Amino acid sequence: MQLSTITDNLDVYLEGFVGTLELTALGALGSLVLGTVLATMRVSPVPSLRAGATVYVEILRNCPLPVLAVLLAFGLPKLGEPIRSFSFFTWAVLALALYHAAFVCEALRSGVNSVSTGQGEAARSLGLTFGQTMSLVVLPQAFRTVVPPLGNILIALTKNSAVAATIDVTDITNQTEFVINDTVDPLAALAGAAFFYLLLTLPTGLLVGKLERRTAFSR
Amino acid sequence: MAACTSTERISVISRNRLRLGATLAALALAATACGGDDDSDLDSGAGSGDKKPSFAADSTMAKIVSKGTLTVGTKFDQPLYGEKALSGDVEGFDVEIARIIADELGVKATFTEAVSKNREPFIQNGTVDIVVATYTINDKRKKIVDFAGPYYKTGQSLMVRKDDDSIKSKDDLAGKKVCSVEGSTPAERIKTEAPKAALTLFDTYGKCATAMENKQVDAVTTDEAILLGLVSKKKDAFKVVGETFSEEPYGIGLKKGDQAFRDFINETLEKIYKDGRWEAALKKTVGTVQDELPDPPAVDRYTAA
Repeated sequence: MQLSTITDNLDVYLEGFVGTLELTALGALGSLVLGTVLATMRVSPVPSLRAGATVYVEILRNCPLPVLAVLLAFGLPKLGEPIRSFSFFTWAVLALALYHAAFVCEALRSGVNSVSTGQGEAARSLGLTFGQTMSLVVLPQAFRTVVPPLGNILIALTKNSAVAATIDVTDITNQTEFVINDTVDPLAALAGAAFFYLLLTLPTGLLVGKLERRTAFSR
Repeated sequence: MAACTSTERISVISRNRLRLGATLAALALAATACGGDDDSDLDSGAGSGDKKPSFAADSTMAKIVSKGTLTVGTKFDQPLYGEKALSGDVEGFDVEIARIIADELGVKATFTEAVSKNREPFIQNGTVDIVVATYTINDKRKKIVDFAGPYYKTGQSLMVRKDDDSIKSKDDLAGKKVCSVEGSTPAERIKTEAPKAALTLFDTYGKCATAMENKQVDAVTTDEAILLGLVSKKKDAFKVVGETFSEEPYGIGLKKGDQAFRDFINETLEKIYKDGRWEAALKKTVGTVQDELPDPPAVDRYTAA
């Protein structure tokens, strides 16, 4: 186990670092949008929407991500063109977004439930529609209470993006394989991988903490 | 029981020296109340030394014998070489070779799954005594572990869809999508052998095979041995094409510097090359897919750096 295993391969790791960053950013964006839609569905007055979102959440969050990624990346292409020509990067982002959306949905739903019912009643009595009530009154208040759990999901997503390495996407984990093979020093190479993941996740944690303080209610 | 075994040994020696000693030993045995098998020991004592080989007390071989089992790191997902069947049995050519080595030591082999990434740590940490896991001998690895063998030679080749006639050798790969496993030697080599091919890398060859079925990739490249394993699972869908374009000698990995153990395994290999056990093991496994089986490779007693 030698430090040079990491220092000699900084460029290799850096390429992977950029890949992980892209996966995380796109995956987070996708899961936030889809998760918000799902959470809205789950608290909506329409039974079929509630049921649909519930089924989605229960299936997606209860299926291991590597399984999901393989099912998506190798299962859906069997449907033929144009899906067959999707890049594996696309599949990786899709898997990350779809999987974490289920968790974002549940975090947001708990936030929605924390907004007192009087708020929704007041909004409705002013004549706001369900959509307006959610987007203008409930969700803005829900988001600020769920900053810490959303931060957790973001950090989990960053680490879970390693699943992309198994389907031909250049990320930290994938690049580490090359370092391992080149140096035959797996322990140091993996320590390097851990370092670069921390380089992403530690600042994420700090940022989330800052955001949490800025959006806090004064009670 | 410890007392019993030591007196048995005395009895064997003394039988060869003089009758009186034997009688005394028998008396001593009777005194320690070791039971009925002492008499048979006196009769067949001289012969019992042939079966079990003796090793220097501090050698790895002696430690394995006293442990009663040879722990082996092998692949569990490599058809024909090392595969754990649904029944839980481990089978394949690598497994057969490990079992023969265990036989020669007079112990049983127990198998632990080794993946490419943990082979060196497994050996260095003593998690396993030997690694027999489609483990190519190369200079980088020689710096970290020692290799006995090679016990098998293969080379990089190509697998394509059975109905695909557009790829006949590595020279037809320009513009095609070729799949291999990340961090593997074949993945590196194909970059120079077929520079115009687009490379797709997964963590397992199973994914490569599935992607090829889906037409997400056009060819899979790695050691012919591994490709044959994949073909063995789907004979109607895949075929191996072209000549091999590398030499991959598979060796048995063991702790660096353990020369006596390495010598023992090398001698065992040479012994089973001669007595037909190597060929039988190969026929039983790889022979189910490949008609023309290779000859055993010469053992390479390289000097460790």
